[in-house]
Amino acid sequence: MSENITPEEIIKKGTLVFEKTKLMTDAHLSYCPGCGHGVAHRITMEVLEEMGVGDQAIGIAPVGCSVLAYDFMNIDMQQAAHGRAPAVATGIKRLYPEKYVFTYQGDGDLAAIGTNETIHACNRGENIVIIFVNNGIYGMTGGQMAPTTLEGMVSSTSPYGRDLGMTGHPIKITEMLAMLPGVCYATRHAVHKPGLVRKTKKAIKKAFENQRDKKGTSIIEIVSNCNSGWKMTPVKSNEWLEENMLPVFPLGDIKG
Amino acid sequence: MEEIKLMKGNEAFAEAVIREGVDAYFGYPITPQSEVIEYLMLEEPYKRTGMVVLQAESEIGAIHMVYGAAGAGKKAVTSSSSPGISLKQEGISYMAGSELPCVMLNVVRGGPGLGTIQPSQADYFQTVKGGGHGDYKLIVLAPASVQEMADFVEDGFKMAFKYRTPVMLLSDGLIGQMMEKVQLKPQKARLSNEEIREKYGSWATIGHKPEERTIITSLELKSERQEKHNHKLQAKYREIEKKEVRLEKFNCENADYLLVAYGSSARICQKTIQLGKEKGINIGLIRPITLWPFPSDEINKAADKVKGVLSVELSAGQMVDDVRLAVNGKVPVEHYGRFGGMIHSPDEVLEALEKNFIK
Repeated sequence: MSENITPEEIIKKGTLVFEKTKLMTDAHLSYCPGCGHGVAHRITMEVLEEMGVGDQAIGIAPVGCSVLAYDFMNIDMQQAAHGRAPAVATGIKRLYPEKYVFTYQGDGDLAAIGTNETIHACNRGENIVIIFVNNGIYGMTGGQMAPTTLEGMVSSTSPYGRDLGMTGHPIKITEMLAMLPGVCYATRHAVHKPGLVRKTKKAIKKAFENQRDKKGTSIIEIVSNCNSGWKMTPVKSNEWLEENMLPVFPLGDIKG
Repeated sequence: MEEIKLMKGNEAFAEAVIREGVDAYFGYPITPQSEVIEYLMLEEPYKRTGMVVLQAESEIGAIHMVYGAAGAGKKAVTSSSSPGISLKQEGISYMAGSELPCVMLNVVRGGPGLGTIQPSQADYFQTVKGGGHGDYKLIVLAPASVQEMADFVEDGFKMAFKYRTPVMLLSDGLIGQMMEKVQLKPQKARLSNEEIREKYGSWATIGHKPEERTIITSLELKSERQEKHNHKLQAKYREIEKKEVRLEKFNCENADYLLVAYGSSARICQKTIQLGKEKGINIGLIRPITLWPFPSDEINKAADKVKGVLSVELSAGQMVDDVRLAVNGKVPVEHYGRFGGMIHSPDEVLEALEKNFIK
């Protein structure tokens, strides 16, 4: 085999097993190596491509690490103020009921500053998809405590470990949202292993199908890592996620 | 069809919103403007035009729903009163930064804090000088009648979409609550999604193929590019200052003294002109209709012919700063006004004018 073989030559031989979705741009991801955001972005866009609705989709980027999601997701997008993505999505979806509208939010955005918008969008049963990436920390601003930070977990604003007496408990907002009649589907997944990625993608697809079928709000929580914020190697952060995050945020369907 | 009705200012605004062919109203109840959302809910405009009316979870929710709808090329409206407008400031700044059109109404009440529910003009600084964070301006229209509460909806949307910028109607509890005759315009059709794609598809998030996709954002991590964007906004604001100034003049030709007042205070000052005549005092009035852009040139010219200028506002003196800048030291400029929900009478205004410039 020639050492100068080009990607085109490989594809011609019928050996193509994977191709990046056209709904992801060619921009370099701004996420840290090992971070779960890239996978979560890709599978979301793959679902829209497989459903053939990329040109009917409108995504809402939050404030946080995924604030620049619109640089990577190759679809129409709006950037929302911190926590307000569900309200922005409401404004769009109410006027374009046939479009596919989703928010992509982190734990600080969705479960702290945006709790009001989140709860009420879900309670109205807004026919949208919420993709909620929970890594237990504020990544973008440099590793501060999040509403989902675990007990004893060190962050730059809980330098001696999260003290439950002082700052409360890691909030299980997906369980809370599942109680609302407007929510048709609430589920928790992870993307640090190939099998889990496939399951998460399946859940995202189900969520967008719910939207197509006008069933109400679907929320998919993705428990993810933040190796930079957690100050761990990517491999170590995935192990830590399994050992510490998943007992508090167990994977699986909560509703629907 | 055109119709003449007797309505409250808040109701006239709401009816005009429907007739303008607005796509959505998002609001949250607060006195003294709750009639806006109450009227819309009662009228069921979704049956008349397909317009969406939604009571949001908060003023914050409402303004960000407006952001979403406006970003998708739709005509969206919100309304509130002072404390609620304070909550909306984050969203307003985002809309200015992202260059999104909308029409908003502030039926101002007395502050600060929870204040009173009675009329006030104490939100002038917040509305005209910024309110939210960053270098931006709102186009500000000040209705002085129930008729203008209706008319400025159309005028506001024309400018909002022409310049892709938010427009605020700065009213108060007096104009919002009082009933007057109002001539309502015929019903306009809402734009279809195809028309929106044609007109605004180059920037609105309405669903596109990857090569044509649109992004609504006010974020720019590279400061060189943020500065460039801000220059673009500023150039737009200079154009608005050149083209969109609106004012009304009363008895200015041979006046010895000039009143400057907007909205409800301008209505009161019209009576003061009559009271002055009876006493042999010749008083003129300039009523800024646009508070931004401010009619500085006209006020400056008018100052050449008078001995003094009194800025009359239902506040401790806010617009007076802009009047002083406009007059630029040519003649003395003073402020008079009751505030905290109290309303000055035409006599009190005349007395203040005499005290400042004559006695």
